[in-house]
Amino acid sequence: MRVKRTQGRFLVDVDFTGASSGVTALYGPSGAGKSSVIGMIAGLARPDSGRIAIGDRALFDSGRGIDLPPEKRRVGCVFQDGRLFPHLSVRSNLTYGMKLISPAERKIPLDQVIDLLGIGHLLDRNPKHLSGGEKQRAAIGRALLISPSALLMDEPLASLDPARKDELIPYIACVGREFSIPVLYVSHSLQEIRRLTDRIVFLRDGRVEQVAEC
Amino acid sequence: MEWLRLSPVEWDAMRLSLRVAVWAVLLSLPLGIAVAWVLSRLDFPGRRLLDGCIHLPLVLPPVVTGYFLLLAFGRNGFIGSFLYAHFDFTLAFRWTGAVLASAVMAFPLMVRAIRLSLDNVDRGVEAAARTLGAGPVRVFFTVTMPLAVPGVITGAVLAFARSLGEFGATIMFVSNIPGQTQTLPLALYTLTQVPGGESGAMRLCIIAVIIAMVALVSSELLSRRHATALDG
Repeated sequence: MRVKRTQGRFLVDVDFTGASSGVTALYGPSGAGKSSVIGMIAGLARPDSGRIAIGDRALFDSGRGIDLPPEKRRVGCVFQDGRLFPHLSVRSNLTYGMKLISPAERKIPLDQVIDLLGIGHLLDRNPKHLSGGEKQRAAIGRALLISPSALLMDEPLASLDPARKDELIPYIACVGREFSIPVLYVSHSLQEIRRLTDRIVFLRDGRVEQVAEC
Repeated sequence: MEWLRLSPVEWDAMRLSLRVAVWAVLLSLPLGIAVAWVLSRLDFPGRRLLDGCIHLPLVLPPVVTGYFLLLAFGRNGFIGSFLYAHFDFTLAFRWTGAVLASAVMAFPLMVRAIRLSLDNVDRGVEAAARTLGAGPVRVFFTVTMPLAVPGVITGAVLAFARSLGEFGATIMFVSNIPGQTQTLPLALYTLTQVPGGESGAMRLCIIAVIIAMVALVSSELLSRRHATALDG
């Protein structure tokens, strides 16, 4: 992807290529433009110019006048605050996106996701009664079930205490491997990132400082 | 208990008032939701003007609103004459006109309540629904509306109560014709103007209190049921 976007006086000018499967981390201090990048890939924020593509499928290309709306991008998102639907049960949350794609396109089976994330006992509960970690597991499941072409995670652990973080990291690590989906993982904690991947994009003041395999 | 028995005129007034209020709410609710959504989610030039126009009936003397309605929808009014010429349809001095008057007067209250709850719906959750493959319309019906239900209930009940109490705009626009446009407040007022009307006026007062209480309690029950549904 290569994009430019001006937000007030703040300019985001980013150019990087993520791994085609497994986890790529986007690291930077707060205010580096990490969330803007996620928003632009998801289609929730519009770049001024540039190109965003997953594989050879363009999501946004100012040169060719392509700008897919978020619902057409098939990019799964996990947000810091979970953003589960408060009026639906965990089960209905999980299947919300899945039901919107044709059965032929559902490459990731519901049972496997429920097993993998260990949320079988939560299905009939309301999101309000879940712990922070359980909420994020449900949110990951919900995003996976649209059989996304990429998975974006915007600081999914930021609102959790250390014990919960430790509990969740293995789930995130195996998601990308299990379903061979490229995962873009945003965090301002190197410690967290090191446990997930060695492919890191360093972001500072809206620019890519360095892309490292460490 | 003989004095509690309603006269035919009082029965008519009560039935008419209920009919007018129910129709006023039902017909204005879709528009109320749409306007509340526009005010809550869109930013466009003229938004404040629209907001102001919708709130006008709340601050204008009702009689003035009624007079405007008469000017616009009367048989010689610019909308009224068109309706009459092309559809042989008129609102002036009909119960349908009372519905319009009540709906216009109650509209700001309805919009305010719905807008407030729309403002409280988490935009992030709506954005999440978009990334899951739902278009804007689907997001509205499957996420926004279900989460705004409490405001819609409150708005509908407020509008219903306001419609039952409508006096000034109604008497100005559709007059005070027994059995046609004489709603409960108009009948009550009329009864107090004739000798011996006091007991009738008292009966109508009691009915007004009962209807208002029933509306309030049922909205409370509805909201609570919605809250427990959210709790799962």
